[in-house]
Amino acid sequence: MFLINCPFCGERDQSEFSSGGEAHIVRPKQPTELSDDEWAEYLFMRKNIKGIQFERWNHVHGCRKWFNVVRDTSNDKILSVYKMGEKPPVNYK
Amino acid sequence: MPNYRIHKTEYIDETKRVSFKYDGKTYFGYEGDTLASALLANGIHLVGRSFKYHRPRGIVSCGAEEPNAICQIGSKKDLTEPNVRATELELYEGLEASSQNCWPNVKFDIGGINNLISPLIPAGFYYKTFMWPKSFWKKVYEPLIRLSAGLGKSPTEPDPDIYDHKYVHYDVLVIGGGVSGIIAAKMAAKNNFKTLLVDDKKILGGSTIYQNNESIKIDDKLSSEWLKNEIQEIKKLSNLTIKTRTSIAAYHGYNFLLAKENLTDHLPEEKKKNKIRQRLWKIRAKKVVIATGSIERPLVFNNNDRPGILLSNSINKYLDYYGVTCGENIILFTNNDSAYETSISLHKKGIKNIIIDLRKSASSELIKQAESLGIKIYLNHVVTNTFGYRKINSLEIMKLSEDGNTTIGDKIKLSCDCLGMSGGWTPMVHMHTQSGGKLDFRDEDQVFLPKENSEDQISVGSCNGDFDLENIIDKTVNKINKFLDIDNQDYQDTNIICSKENDKRNIWLLPNKIPLGKTKCFVDFQNDSTAKDIKLALKEGFRSIEHVKRYTTTGMATDQGKLSNMHALGIIADTAGVKMGTLGTTTFRPPFTPLTFGTLVGRNVGKFFEVVRKTSMHEWHVKNNAEFENVGQWKRPWYYPKNRENMHDAVQRESKAARDSAGILDASTLGKIDIQGSDASEFLNRVYTNAWSKLAIGKCRYGLMLNEDGMVYDDGVTTRISENHYLMTTTTGGAANVLSKLEDYLQTEWPELDVYLTSVTDHYSTASICGPNSKKILNKLFPNLDLSDENFPHMSFKEDKLENINCRIMRISFTGEQSYEINIESKYGHSLWKMCIEAGKEFNLTPYGTETMHLLRAEKGFIIVGQDTDGTMTPSDLQMDWIVSKKKFDFIGKRSLYRSDTVREDRKQLVGLLTDDPKEILEEGAQIVLDVKSKPIDMLGHVTSSYFSPNLNKSIALAVVRSGKTMKGQKLIIPMENKNINVTVSDTIFLDKENKRLNA
Ligand SMILES: [Zn+2]
Repeated sequence: MFLINCPFCGERDQSEFSSGGEAHIVRPKQPTELSDDEWAEYLFMRKNIKGIQFERWNHVHGCRKWFNVVRDTSNDKILSVYKMGEKPPVNYK
Repeated sequence: MPNYRIHKTEYIDETKRVSFKYDGKTYFGYEGDTLASALLANGIHLVGRSFKYHRPRGIVSCGAEEPNAICQIGSKKDLTEPNVRATELELYEGLEASSQNCWPNVKFDIGGINNLISPLIPAGFYYKTFMWPKSFWKKVYEPLIRLSAGLGKSPTEPDPDIYDHKYVHYDVLVIGGGVSGIIAAKMAAKNNFKTLLVDDKKILGGSTIYQNNESIKIDDKLSSEWLKNEIQEIKKLSNLTIKTRTSIAAYHGYNFLLAKENLTDHLPEEKKKNKIRQRLWKIRAKKVVIATGSIERPLVFNNNDRPGILLSNSINKYLDYYGVTCGENIILFTNNDSAYETSISLHKKGIKNIIIDLRKSASSELIKQAESLGIKIYLNHVVTNTFGYRKINSLEIMKLSEDGNTTIGDKIKLSCDCLGMSGGWTPMVHMHTQSGGKLDFRDEDQVFLPKENSEDQISVGSCNGDFDLENIIDKTVNKINKFLDIDNQDYQDTNIICSKENDKRNIWLLPNKIPLGKTKCFVDFQNDSTAKDIKLALKEGFRSIEHVKRYTTTGMATDQGKLSNMHALGIIADTAGVKMGTLGTTTFRPPFTPLTFGTLVGRNVGKFFEVVRKTSMHEWHVKNNAEFENVGQWKRPWYYPKNRENMHDAVQRESKAARDSAGILDASTLGKIDIQGSDASEFLNRVYTNAWSKLAIGKCRYGLMLNEDGMVYDDGVTTRISENHYLMTTTTGGAANVLSKLEDYLQTEWPELDVYLTSVTDHYSTASICGPNSKKILNKLFPNLDLSDENFPHMSFKEDKLENINCRIMRISFTGEQSYEINIESKYGHSLWKMCIEAGKEFNLTPYGTETMHLLRAEKGFIIVGQDTDGTMTPSDLQMDWIVSKKKFDFIGKRSLYRSDTVREDRKQLVGLLTDDPKEILEEGAQIVLDVKSKPIDMLGHVTSSYFSPNLNKSIALAVVRSGKTMKGQKLIIPMENKNINVTVSDTIFLDKENKRLNA
């Protein structure tokens, strides 16, 4: 059970949050311009990394805010937390 | 009756005699006993039958690792409990226990026949034997296995006990109250860490608390005396909480641990009443110190499972802690020094004993002490067989060859009534691995040890592989100082004297002249698997430890192989000729010992099992005989039976009344989301498939919401209340998810939009009145409101007051009838409802539930998201192309609507079905085919909604059918178990295609 440091509320139990999968997948501005393959890339393809992963979390039973998390999926350690719209920390790649 | 209680100890209160029943017979013990120690005091070793061969089995250990002494406690239907280890169960007045794994009784049982036919029960016997014929499974194999396996009986009635949950936060959690745990807890608490110390036993002190060997001393005192003093000291520390009878069940990530505290299990029956039985502690600790100790290993030799064969150290504990000797003529069989402590202790109490030692020579202080006492020691010898059916009565030993691979010389037969075995010690690394920690293998004594300690977790004491007292104390002090970044000096001058062991001789499977196939060398006592089984598994090609474990079931019983895993690994490594450390271990999973369901569930039973949401009108529904349906957490009226009507009759009556005159539905549970902001219209444009910019203020519109994959996600009517203010409704079940999804898009994809979302589902109560007389009822309620079709047409919205209370009235319809939804602040919901009922009396206004609502909308072919859709239906599949805007640049899911897969002509599409026999009602979920003769039958789709319509006087159904759009008039077949039903594909709208009733 993680402890997640919501950038708006502080450290809370994982049960207050819901996970939203991989972060930094931007919805195409002009979906109609895309081929089936390009759209499928956006819609379905995820990295599913073992190691350092950038992902989205929602403080669904708290402030309802979405934010980003850097998590090492091999040991579940959360390395960094940052708000939506902020640039991902560069020291993890 | 024999009495094996041979001396007094401070842990047994001989003034408090306790009577208990075991297998129906009454015995006596004392306060302080466990069931196991009390049985042993009465001379009882035989406590069960083994799982597969039904061999007699006795008490082996004195703790959580016990594989044999598994009991069923109590005989009441609601309070009986299986799988309780007698070695952990504290004795109390009135305890009733029975041995679990033996039918019809422990002394004679039918399953014993398995022992004689055991060559037929090899490794993997379940997989091999019970495979076929298939027809045998239900009638022969399964009842047989269930009867003879005897894994205990579950209670058949609800548990009347009270359980509790508690969340706690600590700076430091120390697991285990042995010598290292006590030192760690003291150091932490004295340095201002808020500390919790838990131990599964009744008192602190671990195995040191009954240690009384003169060669092991701390500050010139017996180690036990020194430790008692330490315990007195830590009890005074104000920021240390000590929880005994509390065991850690699970160690999750981020130092989140679950502990089970036993509060009443040790109390006499009458004192248990109305008290919390067990409490589940949910612990968050900044730092965790694991001090869980180690358990002694058995040895694997022929017939090593007879009653009277115990772990050597357990014999010691029964003697020095409980005052009970396990025999009068004891043999100790060892490969290390610890059995010598037992031997000396027995000798001092006048119990005759001899030692068989695998080692060629040994020379520690302890051994010298034993020699000087004149204890007979056979060095370089091995036990090759044991004898005695219900209890061991003798054994054979032989000399070991130089390399230890075989036996030499003559057999020596020795008589005994008890055998203690010690194969060394296994550190309890369960907590470390549960937390995600890795292990290292130490070759000298063949143990797995915690590989690394992190900044928030550390292992100390014998669970970290430090076995002698000097090592334990010194290393614990150093490690804790570092771990907590403190400089504690309490143990700076502690002077420790202890015997140092310097030789070990580890042989996983002891040699024997008898071929392995003819021996019974047990590895896992509880699941009855032998060394032979493991070797057979290897011969059959299994290599991975996880596979061997499952194939032989080694380590898979309720003890999770606490005694057997290491030997299984060792034998695999030896046989396969690989180094043991390279094999890895099996995964230790929570819980460490079995947990009761009661503990896990806590107080969330009965009416607290789940949150229940009720509308403001709920009491009225109850009073008026409603049957309820669960929709998400909501309780919704399902139908209102009158005069003992069944469901069908009630629904037919309600449906007819709604169309003939008027019906009323509690629609309060529909999700309601208040949407405000200057970009609200644009936002709706992006989340719904249709266009919203041109919706006039005061008008309503139906919307369909898709997922980005183009599949229908939710639907509902949204009303424009003012320029920048909308009220969206969602399905009852989808409300929370829709809000979440909309927030997601707003916050992450379109942060530039000025839009604010608020869930107002609970703020409003909604009464929906429909039917040809609905307008007249509305007129009675709102006499000043102009209800004319010109002023208040279908799909529009008005505000008015009902006795000074604001109401929002939408003229929208889910039934196809003229229909009004009156929304009022929730606290007035009940009054609103009663006023509607009163006003509707003269028009036979009939309350109807969800079933009638479903029927009425099906007559009109309106979909229910989640019933007629399942996450694979596009608007086009639902024949709802009309709601998808062609002009809009983008909306959620738009691009997916022309992916190659979504434009396929042969997708499953929504159609209507009419049965050839209008009285025949289809089953929802029934499969639809074109031709029953072709094999395999091609499934075209299934029925999603089906009703008998009283208004059309025939059966109607909605279904999804492959290429259904093009099939109107097509004859199809619905094959049922005992007949084929003929149907014809029809339009989805069965009633009033022209929508005349909306304005009737
Ligand atoms: Zn928050």
